[in-house]
Amino acid sequence: MPVSASVIDLECGEVVLDGRRILRGVDLRVDTSETVALLGPNGSGKSTLVRAVVGLHKLSGGSLMLFGVPAGRFRDWQRIGYVPQRVTAASGVPATVREVVASGRLSRMRRFRPASHADKTAVARAIDSVGLAHRARDSVAELSGGQQQRVLIARALAGEPDLLVLDEPLAGVDLARQEAFAGILGGLAESGTTVLLVAHELGPLEPLVDRAVTLRAGRVVAIGAPPPVTGEHARPDHDHVHPHEDPHREEPIIAPSPWAGSP
Amino acid sequence: MSILSYDFMQRALIAAVLVGLAAPTVGVFLVQRRLALMGDGIGHVALTGVALGFLLGIAPLITAVLAAAAGAVTIELIRARGRTGGDVALALLFYGGIAGGVLLIGLSPGGTNATLLSYLFGSLTSVSGGDLVVIALLAGAVLVLLAGFGRELFAVCHDEEYARASGLRVRVLTLLLAAAAAVTVTVAMRVVGLLLVSALMVVPVATAQQLTRSFRSTLVASLALGVAVSVAGVVVAFQADVASGASIVVLALGVFALAVLARFVLRHRRPRDAFAAEDGSPASFEALTAGDEP
Repeated sequence: MPVSASVIDLECGEVVLDGRRILRGVDLRVDTSETVALLGPNGSGKSTLVRAVVGLHKLSGGSLMLFGVPAGRFRDWQRIGYVPQRVTAASGVPATVREVVASGRLSRMRRFRPASHADKTAVARAIDSVGLAHRARDSVAELSGGQQQRVLIARALAGEPDLLVLDEPLAGVDLARQEAFAGILGGLAESGTTVLLVAHELGPLEPLVDRAVTLRAGRVVAIGAPPPVTGEHARPDHDHVHPHEDPHREEPIIAPSPWAGSP
Repeated sequence: MSILSYDFMQRALIAAVLVGLAAPTVGVFLVQRRLALMGDGIGHVALTGVALGFLLGIAPLITAVLAAAAGAVTIELIRARGRTGGDVALALLFYGGIAGGVLLIGLSPGGTNATLLSYLFGSLTSVSGGDLVVIALLAGAVLVLLAGFGRELFAVCHDEEYARASGLRVRVLTLLLAAAAAVTVTVAMRVVGLLLVSALMVVPVATAQQLTRSFRSTLVASLALGVAVSVAGVVVAFQADVASGASIVVLALGVFALAVLARFVLRHRRPRDAFAAEDGSPASFEALTAGDEP
């Protein structure tokens, strides 16, 4: 596939939810190996836009192409890794980190067959890349909020996607962990993964972002280089603490991603 | 083993093993989806099916499967359409199922509410040879189905939205689970009874997860518990001459209480300071004793 091929090509995208028009004629093009950030205030339609891209919302107008295929006929969903915005990675029954991450590998696994060596390796690599290898056998419910978010990132990585779509990966994550996450993302970008991420502000991700698209009230109002970090969040001592974080169990910065440099 | 010399007890014990396997297998996914009461709803609707069987002179097991499946699909569709009004709709289905059952049994020739009692709370002597064949086939089908679609169902029940974004056919899978739940309710009807069947889906799972950390171990432990309490409950029901559903569920709840106690003891026996050791070892005390709350 040529390097300039578009991974996401949305033209005049419109989404109506509960009778309200959330997206009003949005154009968004993301090319192979690009890292694109969606910025904008709350309610501007950022999450709705990425949810439409991954097929969770139907377009009521416009057209969407994924990897050059009209979204209605697109079937290669394992090429897209989606990280939803969640407070928790737990459900009604205990599940280990490994079990949750392995559910991101489903579309590559065979029915009635045990997981192959490649599946197990991919799951282990995904867990390792978010720095949770030593907790792989623990229940996700025992992890802190930040760790649970990393589990969801690992789940998206387990399918070895060509496109990673992240909805507010930095929400509720303090600065040290934001930098660690930037390390993971940098490794992925280097290995050629295309990234679309929603953010309130970019913080340590800024140097990784090729393009920032700013939404306001369901319309694109700016495209271009990411805006410089300003305001309170720019201060180096700014601590973005969130109530559901449980810092006493967090380990230090994650090692360089093993995904970096892989073919 | 004198109780094995009775044919009806042999049948009841085989049915108990099948039910003890099928109910927690479906239950673990329902609990994971936070739909623990779905089995109850299906059981209520199945009662109308049983009464319909009596009214029309068809085997109640057949009409119950059909009514339960229709009820399960209705519940699933109501749930999928959104949260607003979903629980009220479910409540209406509950009441309608019981009222319909009592009404139809009253209309059927020779039928009385006493006829329904054995279906509501289970009855040992009621498992005929023909019933046992149907129960074995249906329970086997549920187990094979859930084994084949286990990974997909895990993903859907864990995070439905993510499953949809990964291209899984969520609607098909949830309807499949609903159908499996309906079949299991009918399979368990003779042994545990329609009002108590949901307990055998939920209580072994709730018991297991007091002490487990993974989905797989929760499933395995709840299968073992399900078979153990079903078989023990049938034996107790025979000895004490009580409804088997009641003895099975009371036993299951007893084991649940023990598991809660065991977890409490395990958690408080070790000093909290032990967690402070920052060696990053995989099997930390915290991991062994921390809570399962979401």
